Amino acid sequence: MHVPNIVEIKEIIQDTETVKTFIFEWKVKDEMPGHFMMMWNFQDEKPMSISLIDPIKDEIGISIKKVGEFTEAIHLMDIGDELGLRGPYGRGFKITGSRILAVGGGIGMAPLVAFAEEASKRGIKLDVISAATTQDELLFLNRFKKSGVNLMPCTDDGSYGFCGFGTELAEQALENDSYDMLVCCGPEVMMKKLVEIVDKFKIPAQFSLERYMKCAVGLCGQCCVDDVGWRICVEGPVFWRDDLRLITEFGRYKRDAAGVKHSLI
Amino acid sequence: MVLETEICRLKMRNPTMLAAGVLGNTAASLNWASRSGAGAVVTKSFSVEPNKGYPNPTTVEVTGGFINAVGLSNPGVEAFTLELEKLERSVPVVASIYGANPEEFRKLATKIGGVVDMIELNVSCPHAVGGCGASIGQDPDLTAEVVKTVKNVIKTPISVKLTPNVTDIVEIAVASQKAGCDALTLINSLGPGMRIDIETAHTILHNKFGGLSGPAIKPIALRCVYDVYEAVDVPLIGVGGIKDYSDLVEFLFAGASCVQIGTAIYYDGLKVFRDICTGLERFMIKKGYQSVKEMVGKTHKY
Repeated sequence: MHVPNIVEIKEIIQDTETVKTFIFEWKVKDEMPGHFMMMWNFQDEKPMSISLIDPIKDEIGISIKKVGEFTEAIHLMDIGDELGLRGPYGRGFKITGSRILAVGGGIGMAPLVAFAEEASKRGIKLDVISAATTQDELLFLNRFKKSGVNLMPCTDDGSYGFCGFGTELAEQALENDSYDMLVCCGPEVMMKKLVEIVDKFKIPAQFSLERYMKCAVGLCGQCCVDDVGWRICVEGPVFWRDDLRLITEFGRYKRDAAGVKHSLI
Repeated sequence: MVLETEICRLKMRNPTMLAAGVLGNTAASLNWASRSGAGAVVTKSFSVEPNKGYPNPTTVEVTGGFINAVGLSNPGVEAFTLELEKLERSVPVVASIYGANPEEFRKLATKIGGVVDMIELNVSCPHAVGGCGASIGQDPDLTAEVVKTVKNVIKTPISVKLTPNVTDIVEIAVASQKAGCDALTLINSLGPGMRIDIETAHTILHNKFGGLSGPAIKPIALRCVYDVYEAVDVPLIGVGGIKDYSDLVEFLFAGASCVQIGTAIYYDGLKVFRDICTGLERFMIKKGYQSVKEMVGKTHKY
């Protein structure tokens, strides 16, 4: 049943000044990296990517960046406070290939840290490019290190790791090494640039998209993308690069709650 | 083609339409529905000005379907007209419109009457505010006024979408026909209904209540079609909980000329159109029906 399940916040991790990870007790069954949950704070309900999946402890984690009214309200919550969660929703990342490059920026690292932990468990060799504006904004450094992946941090200001954009570092990595596949989650402008790079190297790649959502079950049409019409909540949020050729609005515009278009350029 | 049918000069390749409010807020999703096999597509209802709708949660599942209070969100007629221009037009297009008064309906109909094949007047949304939706459709006089106003400004066929949330749906149907509508669509979602979270005692929908759709409402929708068929001459478009070909056949027998599919897309995806049409064609061959038309209203013979 698509009804919120009431869960208590079990643990809160302050990842950066603006990002917190909330851990919930959750019977893990179908949850995979790239899936999202609908989070209800009894005022509003928003889609949130799953950033931690622990089938042993039966826990999931959701990492939230303070960007507006809803996320600010969540950040004010304490351990023991209740929220509603329904899900998991969407299609997650396919975990395939023996050597993978993961590229993420900002809060886009949330599904990628879950991906990294799952891929490592399966013995897949994974390089992770984590991009942020500055050192203090780099997310999940400890979890990446603990998972055993090869972490390649980069910052716009050069305060930690590679100095420059994640896309530049990705291009270098693809030149120097050979990968079976690439996965990416980050700001759409960054993903758009990365699409050009993966095309140049002819490497299969998956990208996680985000659009305004209402029902999350594929009925309301709010998250349908041009020109193909697919629903981000059902056919997405993760798409193979070739699918993105049909999503002509990718990197160009998105729609708000009313359905009014807003440019991304 | 055995499934071909016609309603108000709309030539349909089969008797299924995408229902208003499910997908349909962009040309892209309407085109997708037509490519998936729908015989016609109905847009999500739109208004003169953009409307964000209600905050989430806007949809929650219940036994036998969903209740929703999306709140008629839409980008407004200006933006919607641009969407309509991008339609592939491989099947007839029905524009669902809503307003708070006849004047708003007049503006909308004038603007888009020429570019669509039919207009469906949404005077029946059970979770609208500000005089929109069911607050019009529950009053035969207000409904008739809206129909007359729209009829005066366009030649495009008009269907009035009726609410089941009235004492006598036939009264509203008759008033609509008298006012000059070309067809009737019935029913809009039922209720409104509610769902409460027992852990916290909160209503789950932000709007507290919303319209019930899905298989649970089918028997009521079917009875509404049956009753209205006895009382009017205009063709009927049946909608409410249709999930497979046998549901469709029931609606045809009750008196619907074609049907709309909405919530079933949750259960079966957009392939539901193809599945229902395949099932219908097999049924017609098995039972020896030559056309959809000869099935319409069959139950009334008994």
